[in-house]
Amino acid sequence: MSDDKGLEKGQAPDEGAEADLDPNHYHLRLYVAGQTAKSLAATANLRRFCEEHLAGRYDIEVIDLMKNPKLAAGDQILAIPTLVRRLPSPLKRIIGDLSNTEKVLVGLDIRPKDAP
Amino acid sequence: MERDRRPELDKVRTGITGFDEITFGGLPAGRPTLVCGAAGCGKTLFATTFLVNGAMLHGEPGVFVSFEERAEDIAANVASLGYDIDGLVAEGRLAVDHVRVERSEIEETGAYDLEGLFIRIGFAVDSIGAKRVVLDTIETLFAAFTDETVLRAELRRLFGWIKDRGLTAIITGERGGGQLTRQGLEEYVSDCVVLLDNRVEDQITTRRLRVVKYRGSAHGTNEYPFLIDAEGISVLPVTSADLDYGVTEGVISSGVPGLDAMLAPGGFHRGSGILISGEAGTGKTMIASSMIAAACARGERCMAFVFEESGHQIARNARSIGLDLQAHVDSGLLRFEAARPSLYGLETHLARMHRDIDLFAPSLVVIDPLSALRGPASELQATLLRMVDLLKSRGITAVFTSLRTEGGFDAQDEFGVSSLMDAWVKLLNVEANGERTRTLYVIKARGMSHSHQVREFRMSSAGIQLVEAYIGPAGVLTGTARLVREAEERAEALRLRQEAERRRREIARRRDAIERQIAELRAGLEAAEEEESVLLGETEAREGRLEAERRERAARRGAAS
Repeated sequence: MSDDKGLEKGQAPDEGAEADLDPNHYHLRLYVAGQTAKSLAATANLRRFCEEHLAGRYDIEVIDLMKNPKLAAGDQILAIPTLVRRLPSPLKRIIGDLSNTEKVLVGLDIRPKDAP
Repeated sequence: MERDRRPELDKVRTGITGFDEITFGGLPAGRPTLVCGAAGCGKTLFATTFLVNGAMLHGEPGVFVSFEERAEDIAANVASLGYDIDGLVAEGRLAVDHVRVERSEIEETGAYDLEGLFIRIGFAVDSIGAKRVVLDTIETLFAAFTDETVLRAELRRLFGWIKDRGLTAIITGERGGGQLTRQGLEEYVSDCVVLLDNRVEDQITTRRLRVVKYRGSAHGTNEYPFLIDAEGISVLPVTSADLDYGVTEGVISSGVPGLDAMLAPGGFHRGSGILISGEAGTGKTMIASSMIAAACARGERCMAFVFEESGHQIARNARSIGLDLQAHVDSGLLRFEAARPSLYGLETHLARMHRDIDLFAPSLVVIDPLSALRGPASELQATLLRMVDLLKSRGITAVFTSLRTEGGFDAQDEFGVSSLMDAWVKLLNVEANGERTRTLYVIKARGMSHSHQVREFRMSSAGIQLVEAYIGPAGVLTGTARLVREAEERAEALRLRQEAERRRREIARRRDAIERQIAELRAGLEAAEEEESVLLGETEAREGRLEAERRERAARRGAAS
């Protein structure tokens, strides 16, 4: 739809302008706690998944609660890892290492760009 | 606690009245405690009180992790108790974290753990240096996560983590499923388990608390009633079965001079239990009011638990016998606590009294009437026993009034409390000759000799006055019969006096008569003696003459011979 910039950043500094404009833009935030196996798996799964299904219309913010513990309360984080879909609304939470692709699809409510 | 002399488990005071007593010091320090009970039992309040007291009284900051209520709600719920949650949060003495769990927002897509929760609690704890933590109610998590195995493993880890961090924690759990908690949390929290209960009997609710287990510590094992009201939560340690309380010395006046005079020391022993029993309208409350007024006049604090009248009504009625109780109420010496007997269960009444007495610290307590408290006989007896113990152990003089039913004029009493009482004054209306007379007598008064008379008393604007007893050959008389009898006696006395007077006059008269006779006789005698002496003189003269004649004749004969 929009110009595909293919944003794929570890820490997305700007989540504002173009995300609001584009209803299909995915702003995702992944909460992890240190470099645990589950965290690493979730990060890897997320990146792979986004590339496959959301190429060019997503940005990912990875938050390490070990470094920023006070951010846990803001998004009501209990389980680690938790993926929060901040945009498009409504807010969605997906917990686990994202190994179950089917559930991630359902959870993120993803309509693949090039639906077959 | 003072009662535990051996060094024991470190304990943390909850500041909940009574609870620290039954656990001999509070909750186990640095360990999690499970507080469980059905909905509406006061778990959250118990936990909140624990935190607020920690922050305000013991200098231990606390973290409230709420899984159910929002921080604002928690603050609002306890604001009426005077707990300023927001203020404490602002001062960094309390942190509230609302963990919102919404099943519908969560999709599970593989392996996870609850590290996020740990981090949140850890962060909150570190941010204010908390020593106390409350997790209310962690069971909510079971609704949010489908993988129970993970959840249970994480809970086990969480409680281990709490112990490692040395946090004194309260974990609340909802009762259900035949277990203490719905999800069997007791399996994880094994150091201390407190069960709250809310039971309805005869449409009256009584809250009870029981320490189910307390590893490494002695604890009271009974069910203890507890209260939740405007003063917060308070537990009543009820099993003071020991009789080792000290005795308070001193004698206090009952405010009725005549009644004091019936007791050898001139009043009741301070700290004793006094039962005033009588039928309706015999003046029980008035005598109790007199005792209140007397105590207040001595500058002592009084507390009256009244179950049938309001405090204002009693104060008004007492004015009719010249007592101004309202002035004492206004000066803060006297407090009325009026409640309908059916408002609470027995236990709750007792717990309420216990709390109020501890707060007000009166030296005289009036319970008017004791007989208004209703309940199963066994419970009633036990409650009254504890009530008496409670008062005695504090050296408080207690006045109980008891309404006796018609015809109950024997030593048998329906409450079995008389044996607990140190003094028993019985009021009795005597009906005779078409009138009713108020009488009282002292059935017993431990530790003093006392009058055994039945005494008549009158209530007037001058107060309660005992009338001098009439004791005569016909027995003790009261009322008009006494007056009549007294009048009769006066008449009789007058008659006797007059009789005596008459007899005295009679004797005087007779004495006069006899004396007159004596005088006459004496005069007669004198006359006779006079005559006798005259006669004697004449005789001597004649004999002299005869002698002279004889000598004359002899001389003549001799000359002749």
